[in-house]
Amino acid sequence: MKLTLNIWRQTDANDAGAMHTYQVDDVSPDMSFLEMLDVLNEDLNAKDEEPIAFDSDCREGICGMCSLMINGEPHGPEVTTTCQLHMRSFKDGDTITIEPWRASAFPVLKDLCVDRSAFDRIIQAGGYISVNTGSAPEAHSVPVPRDDAMRAFNVATCIGCGACVAACPNGSASLFMGAKITHLGELPQGQPERDSRVTNMVAQHDHEGFGGCTNIGECAAACPKEIPLDVISQLNKDLRTAIKHGH
Amino acid sequence: MAIQNSGPTLVQGARATQSTIFLKILMAASGAVFIAFVLLHMYGNLKAFNGHDAYNEYAEHLRELGTPMLPHSGALWIIRAVLILSLVVHVYCAATLWKRAKKARTVRYQVKKHTGAIFASRMMRWGGVTLLLFIIWHLLNFTIGKVNVTGGATNDPYNLVVDSFSTWWLTVIYLVAMAMLGAHLHHGIWSATQTLGLTNSDRTRKLAKNSAFTLAVVIAGGFSLVPIFVLAGVINK
Repeated sequence: MKLTLNIWRQTDANDAGAMHTYQVDDVSPDMSFLEMLDVLNEDLNAKDEEPIAFDSDCREGICGMCSLMINGEPHGPEVTTTCQLHMRSFKDGDTITIEPWRASAFPVLKDLCVDRSAFDRIIQAGGYISVNTGSAPEAHSVPVPRDDAMRAFNVATCIGCGACVAACPNGSASLFMGAKITHLGELPQGQPERDSRVTNMVAQHDHEGFGGCTNIGECAAACPKEIPLDVISQLNKDLRTAIKHGH
Repeated sequence: MAIQNSGPTLVQGARATQSTIFLKILMAASGAVFIAFVLLHMYGNLKAFNGHDAYNEYAEHLRELGTPMLPHSGALWIIRAVLILSLVVHVYCAATLWKRAKKARTVRYQVKKHTGAIFASRMMRWGGVTLLLFIIWHLLNFTIGKVNVTGGATNDPYNLVVDSFSTWWLTVIYLVAMAMLGAHLHHGIWSATQTLGLTNSDRTRKLAKNSAFTLAVVIAGGFSLVPIFVLAGVINK
């Protein structure tokens, strides 16, 4: 496969940045998208040019480190992470536009790498439960209804990649927050901090400069883990309950 | 998630009532007032099909609602006060959230697909502006100014309606506005249920989306009947 790549290049956070065009030949359909970029970078290295910076870690679709806006879709055209996206999803001769996540709360560090520590601070603000340390408690001592456990588990698959923010026309992180709120709020262990959790996480979210949700649904369509839109309803309900309880 | 820890710090003393979600709840609540209002307003308009006297009697009855406990037009003014308050809240929250959304992404994408979005959801803000302009014209047309574009009398509600919608371009303006209202309600009603936290499952989300679509069609369609039938000559003086 031969491809034309339009890639965002930016030397550092203060650089204005611009799109650059690259040609890649000999792309195998079996390569992952990131392997294709690795090949391009080897080529750039050989020519003594600066390789393109992009984030990746596990390359198994479970860590949430990879990103990339590919032809206007976070993680590209398939419902998966960029590392699990393969070149067979593209055609020979395609032009592919690759951009970093765009959000004021996710400033570009270099090329395609953005700083997603805003998510870390949202988690720090309330994405935790208080438990006694020491030996693990007997698992059966706290019964969890099956449906609650399933819902908590399903939304706990959120890997915090930021695709929801990247897709959202408002630059909102509501799907991410909703996933965390639902994950912890469905379980008995998450109850003591339930009101303060939602209050603190939403306040941190707003403070970081994310936008407000307008329930358009581009986030859920972009989510590689298929987190459903109902977690945002849960988030809103928890905040409403927190207001009722005087938060 | 990246390791770099730049400027921003953790928020202290967070208040749920100072959040973007609280603004959204206010939008949903004020929006609910409008949903109830347009539903009743649409029903009232259909009285035009019952002829001149029935329509004008309905208009007069609105002013006598609650009398003698309330003064003449008392109930109407209470309704108007609630609507004006709702409008101020709705527009203020929308403007604040719009400004915030613009700041949340200052660098736009070169290429952006809108998977998951629909026309109605993408038109909410500019559609809202269109509706605001329409409401101003509509009040000038039938309530405050009473403008008769044919130059006829303005003191008879039924005749003013017939005169207005016999004018083709005015009917077109109203039908376009009703299409915008339908789109606004289609996304707005579903969005309000989601914001109020009533759609916590796949089933309730689908129910909310279907109900929103149905209500939007009923309200926008119901409003459109009178102008269309006047223009067609079915409703006449």
